[in-house]
Amino acid sequence: MSTIEAHGLRKAFRNTIALDGVDLRVEEGRILGLIGPNGAGKSTLLNCVLGLIPFEGQLNVIGLDPWRARGRLMRDVCFIADVAVLPRWMRVSQAVDYVEGVHPRFDRSKAEAFLARTQIKKTSRVRELSKGMVTQLHLALVMAIDAKLLVLDEPTLGLDLLFRKQFYESLLNDYFDRTRTIVVTTHQVEEIQQILTDMMFIDRGKIAFSCSMEDFESRYVELTARPESVADAYALKPIYERQMLGRTMLLFDGVARDRLAPFGDIRTPSIADLFVAVMGNRQQAQGVAA
Amino acid sequence: MTTATNIDPAAPGMQTVRATTSSRTRPFYWCLRREIWEHRAIYIAPLVVAGLVLFGYFIRLSRLPQAVRHAANLPWWKQYLEVALPFALAMAAVLVTGAIVGVFYCIGALGNERRDRSILFWKSLPVSDLTTVLAKATIPMVVIPVVVTIAALIVQFVMLAAATGVLAASGSGTQVLWSHWSFAHMSLTLIYLVVTGTLWYAPIYGWLLMVSAWARRMTFLWAVLVPVGLAVVERIAFDTNYVWSLIRYRLKGFIDLAFTQPPRNTTTIDPAALMAPAHFFASPGLWIGLVVAVAFFAAAVWLRRGREPA
Repeated sequence: MSTIEAHGLRKAFRNTIALDGVDLRVEEGRILGLIGPNGAGKSTLLNCVLGLIPFEGQLNVIGLDPWRARGRLMRDVCFIADVAVLPRWMRVSQAVDYVEGVHPRFDRSKAEAFLARTQIKKTSRVRELSKGMVTQLHLALVMAIDAKLLVLDEPTLGLDLLFRKQFYESLLNDYFDRTRTIVVTTHQVEEIQQILTDMMFIDRGKIAFSCSMEDFESRYVELTARPESVADAYALKPIYERQMLGRTMLLFDGVARDRLAPFGDIRTPSIADLFVAVMGNRQQAQGVAA
Repeated sequence: MTTATNIDPAAPGMQTVRATTSSRTRPFYWCLRREIWEHRAIYIAPLVVAGLVLFGYFIRLSRLPQAVRHAANLPWWKQYLEVALPFALAMAAVLVTGAIVGVFYCIGALGNERRDRSILFWKSLPVSDLTTVLAKATIPMVVIPVVVTIAALIVQFVMLAAATGVLAASGSGTQVLWSHWSFAHMSLTLIYLVVTGTLWYAPIYGWLLMVSAWARRMTFLWAVLVPVGLAVVERIAFDTNYVWSLIRYRLKGFIDLAFTQPPRNTTTIDPAALMAPAHFFASPGLWIGLVVAVAFFAAAVWLRRGREPA
């Protein structure tokens, strides 16, 4: 059974189509990065997965219809939607008590052990904590829950570099194992490139591109071409080009590295590079069609 | 003989163990506690008012012995006003405080969590919308009534004890006080008043909860404007007053239903003797109101489920 399975998932709001026929399959043990411009439908997709909004089409999350069975689903699914969602009036100790009181899979000692490694005082109210501490608290609560699926929607928004790094390190070292699944959206793509197993670009309610990281690393090559080799490199049909400090960088899909190596320096592109290429080409294609 | 030492996870015994570990969670109980954590006014406001009432009464106590001596020769209702009215006022102050706290609680109960987006946190936990809304409805329907009842009982008891002590010590005699104010009757009346009042006003709490689940902003304005607007439109369009009289009936009809008028040639007012539970519980207005209240609560559940955070 896949952790998430969607067929023809659609969601229309009053005057916009947020999701336009999404097909999706996320297997157990994967870490999927959902990447897209603002307003592409990432959050809408996650809200559907979490049972927060009704939708059209088929959607199964750990075998349940999220809209009909949100209460049940949330025993096995956790999410951090944005750092701002912990109630500001709540005390740290109250948050731990409450989650322990309502969640059958919450391990209080784990949460307390995690909190002990931070500066957070148990008597503090959430509104007295810094933004980074609120995220740490939320992470402490979530990591103490033995869940099958963890959904992170811009979890590190507005945090400084140190907190962001710690956040993903804790997640990977203390939480993730091969039986859990994580879906994460973020604009700081570079920072999560190393932890992802899969990635998916979403654009205007549709899945624009998706592949596993293994495929990504074997298929895509970025060449920084020597000036005299640019013309030869072009012959191999790059999917995207950009100029950087007077040098031409070309992105290739499915061209063997040893064929490119003579033309300059080659490296695996970052997800951000590929994102820009895919989205740029899509916009161009649509511009031509229009 | 085979020994039953094999530990089979599917054995009935093991399942029982598992079941008890997961039944340890009590979502409703913790939702209630969470409401009380957030809205401390639920118990602080009645206690503060109770304290103020007692403070005022202690000042009054200094001139009570003289007033009682003076009142001994006056008509019964003047005696009643002197010794018993403060008790009634104290009770009313605490009860009205509870009602006000309940109204303001309901106005914010389902709107604030959307406005500060903490609803995303609450919804990330395995607590259904039904449990959440039930817990929120329990605050004005059960928690606040219990708190105000206890607060009012304590206030009345302290007032009575203090007044009795002062009167006995001053030699004025407690006869006038005790003939007009019985602690047992007062307690009975208080509990009756709280129970009937809560049931009667349930649709108002339901309405406020529903509007707070629905309105993006200015919940109070919507809650008031919609019924008043309907009444005005009806008056202008049809020259009738059905909506308005319905609102008035719900706001003011309760005392007439729950209590009878005192007899003409009485020599005191014993509120316990004026209680009319049969009349109250047989009135269709009560039961229609309760059905409407349940409908409002159900609508609040439905709205919370589908509403996006504002």
